[in-house]
Amino acid sequence: MSNINTDRPLSPHLQVYSLQLTMVLSIFHRGTGIFLMVGIPVLVLWLYMLQSGEHNYGHAMKYLAYPVGRLLLLGWTFSIFYHLCNGVRHLFWDIGKGYEISTLYRSGAAVVVVSILMTLATWLCAYGLI
Amino acid sequence: MAEFTLPANSKIKKGRHFPAPEGSKNVKKFNIYRWAPEDEDNPSLDFYELDMDTCGPMVLDAIIKIKNEIDPTLTFRRSCREGICGSCAMNIDGTNTLACIKAISDCKGAVKIYPLPHMPVVKDLVPDMTHFYAQYASIKPWLKSDTPVSPGKERLQSKEDRSKLDGLYECIMCACCSTSCPSYWWNSDRYLGPAVLLQAYRWIVDSRDDATGDRLDELEDPFKLYRCHTIMNCTNTCPKDLNPGKAIGEIKKLIAERAL
Repeated sequence: MSNINTDRPLSPHLQVYSLQLTMVLSIFHRGTGIFLMVGIPVLVLWLYMLQSGEHNYGHAMKYLAYPVGRLLLLGWTFSIFYHLCNGVRHLFWDIGKGYEISTLYRSGAAVVVVSILMTLATWLCAYGLI
Repeated sequence: MAEFTLPANSKIKKGRHFPAPEGSKNVKKFNIYRWAPEDEDNPSLDFYELDMDTCGPMVLDAIIKIKNEIDPTLTFRRSCREGICGSCAMNIDGTNTLACIKAISDCKGAVKIYPLPHMPVVKDLVPDMTHFYAQYASIKPWLKSDTPVSPGKERLQSKEDRSKLDGLYECIMCACCSTSCPSYWWNSDRYLGPAVLLQAYRWIVDSRDDATGDRLDELEDPFKLYRCHTIMNCTNTCPKDLNPGKAIGEIKKLIAERAL
């Protein structure tokens, strides 16, 4: 049996598994968590600029007001609300509730809708529209 | 570290094409993963066209038809053809299920069939389950009791205690759930995965079992149990409609409760 290749291939996984709401929301939870960690140094830098005087603070605000800065801020706003809402979902799981498939899909949809609404509300406030 | 891509020897090539017999009116397409050790080549995706007027309704009927009439080398496991043995577990149309209870008509377009995900392939649709079974053995899936019982007598259980096993004893260990779990894909060397943890819970809640504490001790480990991040692909894919995700949550709860 010397011609038998024992170096077995690995069956495809991510490549063939169709996206499920369950896994997408989980990936988002992790992704937003990582993105928020990236935001911490920016937050610290902003606080540093804030205490170091009007001139520096003006600079910081100028950079954050650029389209890229605003986009990042929008990302962080959504991330913190998504991570918060989905974190609450995790707390329910931790007390043994909400594991049925129908509940999972409803709570998942609720997390997405509520985090988008909270992001919108925050930005409308920031622009003085509400 | 998680590997998101396939190793070089596992990348899938385009395979052979087997057209439907002439005059077929009701043609369905099937893309099927093929690999044989003697090929000394990468896996390929073969393309079959079947006449549905001469084929049974389930995906298992289709692959048996291919094996009987088109290509006898197509290899897969099957036995009971009624969803109770768990042999024909495979990835069909993007999710894991049993070929014998998956209707072809439920698949839109070409039916894509792969072995259970992220497993070493023995041949075609047959994955190597050795590690999965070893993990099952590691949870000691049998009754451990210090309570003496007179010969010829049963160990009695109240109706309430018996009902705690509902939704657990039905598990057929087909591995659909474990191989749907991204955490099991990346950590199966140390993470036990949903199927084995559901089985572990089945013995933990059994009122006749006296080893509950030992069983929880065994599982209280950052990898064995806590690589479960409640992704819940397991419950979403279970062909028996069981809830391994909830069973894992119950184990976590029991471990938390006994620490209080």
